[in-house]
Amino acid sequence: MLKLLKGDRGGQILMLLLLIAAIVVPVLNLLVPEGNPLHISTFTVTLLGKYLAYALLALSVDLVWGYMGILSLGHGAFFALGGYAMGMYLMLQIGDRGVYGNPELPDFMVFLNWKELPWFWHGFDNFWFAMIMVALVPGLLAFIFGALAFRSRVTGVYLSIITQAMTYALLLAFFRNEMGFGGNNGLTDFKDILGFSLQADSTRIVLFLASVLALALGYLACRSIVTSRLGKVAVAIRDAEDRVRFIGYRVDRVKLAIFTFSAVLAGIAGALYVPQVGIINPGEFAPLRSIELVIWVAIGGRTTLYGAVLGAFLVNYSKTYLTGAFPEIWLFALGALFVLVTLYLPKGIVGLLKKDKEEVA
Amino acid sequence: MNALEKLRQSIRRDQVFDIVNKQDYSEIDTSHGLILYVEDVSVSFDGFKAINDLNFYIEVGELRCMIGPNGAGKTTMMDIITGKTRPDKGSVWFGQNINLLKMTEPEIAQAGVGRKFQKPTVFEHHDIFENLEMAMAGDKRVWPTYRAKLSSEQHDRIMSVMDTIGLSANARQRAGALSHGQKQWLEIGMLLMQNPRLLLVDEPVAGMTHQEMDKTGELLTSLAGEHSVVVVEHDMDFVRSIANKVSVLHQGSILAEGTMDEVQNNQKVIEVYLGE
Repeated sequence: MLKLLKGDRGGQILMLLLLIAAIVVPVLNLLVPEGNPLHISTFTVTLLGKYLAYALLALSVDLVWGYMGILSLGHGAFFALGGYAMGMYLMLQIGDRGVYGNPELPDFMVFLNWKELPWFWHGFDNFWFAMIMVALVPGLLAFIFGALAFRSRVTGVYLSIITQAMTYALLLAFFRNEMGFGGNNGLTDFKDILGFSLQADSTRIVLFLASVLALALGYLACRSIVTSRLGKVAVAIRDAEDRVRFIGYRVDRVKLAIFTFSAVLAGIAGALYVPQVGIINPGEFAPLRSIELVIWVAIGGRTTLYGAVLGAFLVNYSKTYLTGAFPEIWLFALGALFVLVTLYLPKGIVGLLKKDKEEVA
Repeated sequence: MNALEKLRQSIRRDQVFDIVNKQDYSEIDTSHGLILYVEDVSVSFDGFKAINDLNFYIEVGELRCMIGPNGAGKTTMMDIITGKTRPDKGSVWFGQNINLLKMTEPEIAQAGVGRKFQKPTVFEHHDIFENLEMAMAGDKRVWPTYRAKLSSEQHDRIMSVMDTIGLSANARQRAGALSHGQKQWLEIGMLLMQNPRLLLVDEPVAGMTHQEMDKTGELLTSLAGEHSVVVVEHDMDFVRSIANKVSVLHQGSILAEGTMDEVQNNQKVIEVYLGE
């Protein structure tokens, strides 16, 4: 495991920071009393957990964009699908504590006058089944989508456009009440997970720790791909796709494998996001969301993995701050940030920090 | 054959379907001394006949030069052999047993046909060693590639190829930083890593200095024998310096074949090259 981080300074620092956060944050939240200046509020813990989920999502985008040249403008869809799978589990945990007190059906189904659970909701009351779906559903969608797109050798901007169309189609579908996913309002009003109340500080801390762990493992997994020969082939595909074919690699298979893996990562990120934020709705499928997360990666610095994490934290922290302090200027700030980074920092913030070393960039 | 007979044939228990009985690419049969058979191949793009009843054969271990004016179909011919373009008719066999027209580009590469493009394309962000490593013959499916570890024999093999192409001094240099000539050699090196039986080399000396040209000539002649080499080239001096057999391509078919002197004295060739 340590071998994976050899020569990866940014990754080493990231792992160290994650380790520190995993120890310090729970201590300062649970053991230091409120009112003490060192106390970290549960709100902050949840916020950090949310950023961690975003960071994992950004990681998955960097893997396909930075290392394989596939600019996916639909990764938000995989994130949302993972989130919905988790949301469905949480919905069924509410039981008769909903507004309508129906022990079988979630509130929105009662409201729509449905008599029984649709077939695709069955099994989601089991946590482990839901966790499998968190990985399986986005993975399957990416697999089918990728198999069609990569076999037909759709590349570049055309591929970006169809990923965008994919997430937009899902957005429209999930808006419909008949789909059975709560329509416009999505899934919310969650009560507990595995029997623990979602409002409890200790549950929040566990979710935070799960997010730290997921990001660390996700980082190592991506790292193991990009340092393997497969990772080198992926970069080669980015740079000269035809040539890779003529040295005997099945380009479509390589793309499909990494794209699917990336979608699974995005799905896991979504599943961590939903219980911490408390809601999942079709807004997550919005094309704008997917574009935004590409911007995180660009700002942080692509083809480094840790740059994506940095970008996700930085942009989302500024978003939290700016939307609170100056709500009107947030979008202008994001736009300006993107323009500035594209013009002056083509390698992102990481490129600014890192001296010009000979790296796969 | 009537339908019933067809059905009987397809359920015979001593036979299997084609999809089960995959063509075996590992063993190429060259017992007749020929490695490449191109027969009656034609292809047209929007009515323009790029290749017109093309016939030629390459012997095992031969170094063959293909010359011809622009638009004679040299690159299209290579595209057909490597699976990039499908011909309208004709057949292309690799040895006696491998039908190249039924295979995809990676399969053809795996079977032992290596190609060097006109414009040198190396992987610019990878260093020389990595370029060669990726090209190395072996299991190129996704999972084995992910798990791949470099054995010491493989390491030695990469080193020896690096020696052959004269780039061992800069193993860890990024390919993007190489000179034009060095990129060409690296690309030939990448071909060698694939252990091909047949090398297709498209304009290897375009844009090279004289010294680089000489070195490339030596490299290619040293490869012939162990490999069969087909070189497409414009530069007549270069062709004269390396070739013992030359084919002249004109309007998509072979106009003349023979030694450089025979070809140069051929009346038809003179007409094509110099005009009436």
